[in-house]
Amino acid sequence: MTENTNTNHVDSFQKRKNKDEMKKQLISFALMIGFTIIAFIAVASDAMDQMFIVPLILILALVQVGFQFYYFMHMKDKGHEMPAAMIYGGVWAALLTIAALVLIVWW
Amino acid sequence: MSHDHSLNPETMPQEPEKATLEGRNKFLGLWFFLGGETVLFASFFGTYLALRNSTAGGPASTDIFGLGLVFAMTMILLTSSLTSVYAMYHMKNNDFKKMMLWLGITGLLGISFLALEIYEFAHYIIDYEFTFRSSAFGSAFYTLVGFHGGHVLFGITWLIALMVRNAKRGLNLYNAPKFYTFSLYWHFIDVVWVFIFTVVYLMGRVG
Repeated sequence: MTENTNTNHVDSFQKRKNKDEMKKQLISFALMIGFTIIAFIAVASDAMDQMFIVPLILILALVQVGFQFYYFMHMKDKGHEMPAAMIYGGVWAALLTIAALVLIVWW
Repeated sequence: MSHDHSLNPETMPQEPEKATLEGRNKFLGLWFFLGGETVLFASFFGTYLALRNSTAGGPASTDIFGLGLVFAMTMILLTSSLTSVYAMYHMKNNDFKKMMLWLGITGLLGISFLALEIYEFAHYIIDYEFTFRSSAFGSAFYTLVGFHGGHVLFGITWLIALMVRNAKRGLNLYNAPKFYTFSLYWHFIDVVWVFIFTVVYLMGRVG
């Protein structure tokens, strides 16, 4: 039984739903490109103070990563409680690691 | 052959990647892996942040980093993230050929990203004599960015293996989870790159 599954049909309601989802993905992609361009321009233009630029580009990176996780990787969808727990667990350990390594050197 | 039949049903379910127990396990397993990867990269980022000013008289980040190449690499990797979203869109619409097409584009973008990264490293080594052994900054830089490049290389190899192995199979409930877990991994590579271009290159330019 090796029939080709390409003949299977996806019902039109589901197709429309997938299309709506794709539209959201495209909007998040446009936003991510926008955040990236803002971050590069902020650094390349030298117009802003260093104390202001670093937090700005870090926040832009965090927002962009949020879009990546919640839209591109579907963490906003149902049934992603365990993935969220794992990623936030990882982020928690990551923050501790970075804080520890940086503080050792600074003090 | 009821086993084959259950993997090639008459109508595909809405989420073919999570329709079988094996698929759900792969899905959870990959997210578990990504949680671990987060910690792995965090230790490299922490090391880099701690050592980025320890140049030992060698080149500093403000001397060598240019923004043009990094911007191009960022756009390529971000676009490859979108193309793998398109691949998963076609997977959910049960369109195997279009899924393979978009996966192929994703792979090509990944290869061009890797080519630019190799060019960048060669440029630092030849023109600035900035190597892994130049300074603590050099070691931390090549470890962090090189390990990310290694992940891209692994992802491309994984993708090629998947595409060749399943070229004649068509989409079914057996290989849908394999394609889906690859796309999650590929997005995660882009997540890491967002922090690399921000923390290493942009913050390196600011000083």
